[in-house]
Amino acid sequence: MELIPGVTTEHYLVLSLILFCLGIFGILYRRNAILMFMCVELMLNASNLALVAFSRMWGDTGGQVFVFFIMVVAAAEVAVGLAILMLLYRNMGTTQTDVLNKMKW
Amino acid sequence: MERLVTLIPLFPLAGFLYITFLSKGLSRSFVGTVGAGAILLSFVASVLVFSTQLHGEPVVVKVFDWITAGSFEVDFAFLVDPLSTIYLLFITGVAFLIHVYSAGYMHDDEGFNRFFAYLNLFVFFMLILVLGDSYLTMFVGWEGVGLCSYMLIGFWYKDMRNNDAAKKAFIVNRIGDLGFILGMVLVFIYCGTLSFGELYIMDTAISGLHGEVATAAAILLFVGAMGKSAQIPLHTWLPDAMAGPTPVSALIHAATMVTAGIYMVARSSQLFQMSETASAVVVIAGLLTSLLGATIALTQNDIKKVLAYSTVSQLGFMFVALGMGAYTIAVFHVITHAFFKALLFLGSGSVIHAMGGEQDIRRMGGLKSHMPVTYWTFLIGTIAICGIFPFAGFFSKDQILAHALEHNIPVFALLMLASMGTAFYMFRMFYLTFHGHFRGSHEQEHHLHESPRVMTIPLVVLAVLSTVGGFIGFPHAIGESIGIHHWLDHFLENTVVMSYSTLSAGSEVILAVVAMAAAAVMIWYAFSVYVKKGTRALEDDEVESQAHRLLANKYWFDELYDATIRRPADALSGWLSRLVEPRMIDGAVEGSGRLTRWSGEAVRTIQNGSLTTYLLAIIAGVILMLIWLN
Repeated sequence: MELIPGVTTEHYLVLSLILFCLGIFGILYRRNAILMFMCVELMLNASNLALVAFSRMWGDTGGQVFVFFIMVVAAAEVAVGLAILMLLYRNMGTTQTDVLNKMKW
Repeated sequence: MERLVTLIPLFPLAGFLYITFLSKGLSRSFVGTVGAGAILLSFVASVLVFSTQLHGEPVVVKVFDWITAGSFEVDFAFLVDPLSTIYLLFITGVAFLIHVYSAGYMHDDEGFNRFFAYLNLFVFFMLILVLGDSYLTMFVGWEGVGLCSYMLIGFWYKDMRNNDAAKKAFIVNRIGDLGFILGMVLVFIYCGTLSFGELYIMDTAISGLHGEVATAAAILLFVGAMGKSAQIPLHTWLPDAMAGPTPVSALIHAATMVTAGIYMVARSSQLFQMSETASAVVVIAGLLTSLLGATIALTQNDIKKVLAYSTVSQLGFMFVALGMGAYTIAVFHVITHAFFKALLFLGSGSVIHAMGGEQDIRRMGGLKSHMPVTYWTFLIGTIAICGIFPFAGFFSKDQILAHALEHNIPVFALLMLASMGTAFYMFRMFYLTFHGHFRGSHEQEHHLHESPRVMTIPLVVLAVLSTVGGFIGFPHAIGESIGIHHWLDHFLENTVVMSYSTLSAGSEVILAVVAMAAAAVMIWYAFSVYVKKGTRALEDDEVESQAHRLLANKYWFDELYDATIRRPADALSGWLSRLVEPRMIDGAVEGSGRLTRWSGEAVRTIQNGSLTTYLLAIIAGVILMLIWLN
């Protein structure tokens, strides 16, 4: 059941893993909120890829349905998240998280 | 019939609810009519139920399932048998008369409606107590009447002393109740049921108890009876309970509630019959109480206190009868006592009413000419309690004495002594109140008047009952010739254990004559001291003899309890409040607060505001969790 000959489920999963780890490291190393945000999206899509791959492997479309849900939720989340970033920038003049460190006691 | 039985307690309950919630703005006479009317309906229903029991079988009327918990099942049921119906009859009858009387006595009191509501509630609980088919149902009524007693003793709650008296009654009764509960537990463990029907009447489940366990159960139940019926050493609350309005003293603390203990023991006659030790305990407690009451009453100067101690003493008589196995005679004395003691209390209420609230017999005297109805009815009550033929008290007291004579001569001698004391203190009070010169203030003398009809009619009815009430229990000597003797005994035959007197008719007559002669001597002695010589009762600071002081101070019972129980308890509480409260309890509470603050201080440094740190923590946490799960 290979869509492209020679490319097995493992390949997709390894790719998904690489993307996910990139996302994590991006979040941890970047200081710019927008870039961190994009990293989150990367992680989401990495998991989407894994879901689709598994769905294909088991011949169960449930996984793909799930992916659609994740995409919809991610889109909604982006709308809210970007709005928050907009307001942050307007009020604080920056989106650098090491400057935005007011979330403490 | 079954519906009728359930109605009996419902009438007073309805009266209570109506007066409590819907009586605003209604006139006093209307509220009084509702209160008394509810009891009258109960009385009529009781008469009808009673008539079915004259030739019927005992019936258990189930009202509803009450408790079902595993093997423990109690129905809320009523037991209709001769013993309960005869109680119903005199409770509702006397209660009705006292309700009518109260309408006059309490007329100017601001708490008029409240008073009738409480009184109706009391009758409701009393009927539950008497009708209940199990110890547990009885206990509901038992506690209910205790509550009403508490509320009515403290009825005039603005005076702190009344509240203290109410609390005392409540607390002392709790001690007895503990015994009652433990007794019930024992009976249930060994017999598997608490229903009177199954224990005593339809079946004999009580035989599950025997030997020492039966003794323990009987004594524990008797402790409950001691509390309610004011027996040594739990008698101290009853005289103080006189703080309540006089009709309350008449109804609750003389005629009905305090005889609940006798009812309970008579109900459990088969149990008490199993244990000689328990019966002996009952006799001893009763005997000591009757002597104590009779001697203290000799020196009391408050008209209601004299009657209160006389009640204590008469209750002692009843318990002596119970302990000797003469259960029916005890019940007989309960009934006659209800009549004449209610009469005496209501009479004293009439006197207090006329005196404008004065209760001290040293300030009275010569009331005979001012209030003839009260005088004559009071005289009948006084003669009845002294046991002079043919008044009610004669028959019941004489039979108690006869039983004592048969079973135990020392008990008989001491009872004779107590009964002679009774004759003396009753006539001492009677002469001081009604004969001689008036010793109160001019204002009071001017104010003296006979009570209104609504108060004197119940007095007259009760006087008639005190005269003829004894005829339900003629002894052989008199009854044989007119064909009715021991009617009450035969009526109760199947309900309680019987003990027939074997005294011959001749010795019965001799005993009666001796007892009456002794009473007559005491009456004559009281007459010569207080009327002929005109001796007045001593003022409190004139008392010199040690014996008199001992009696006037009620054998120092209150002081004894104060020293042995209250003060140590106070000291212990004081110690606890100085040491345990601030150091241990406050320490624990404040310590937990301090711990929370301290740990908060320590942990909050982690929250540094840097988003990256938080994210790192989250990711590290997830990784750790994954490792953990594998």
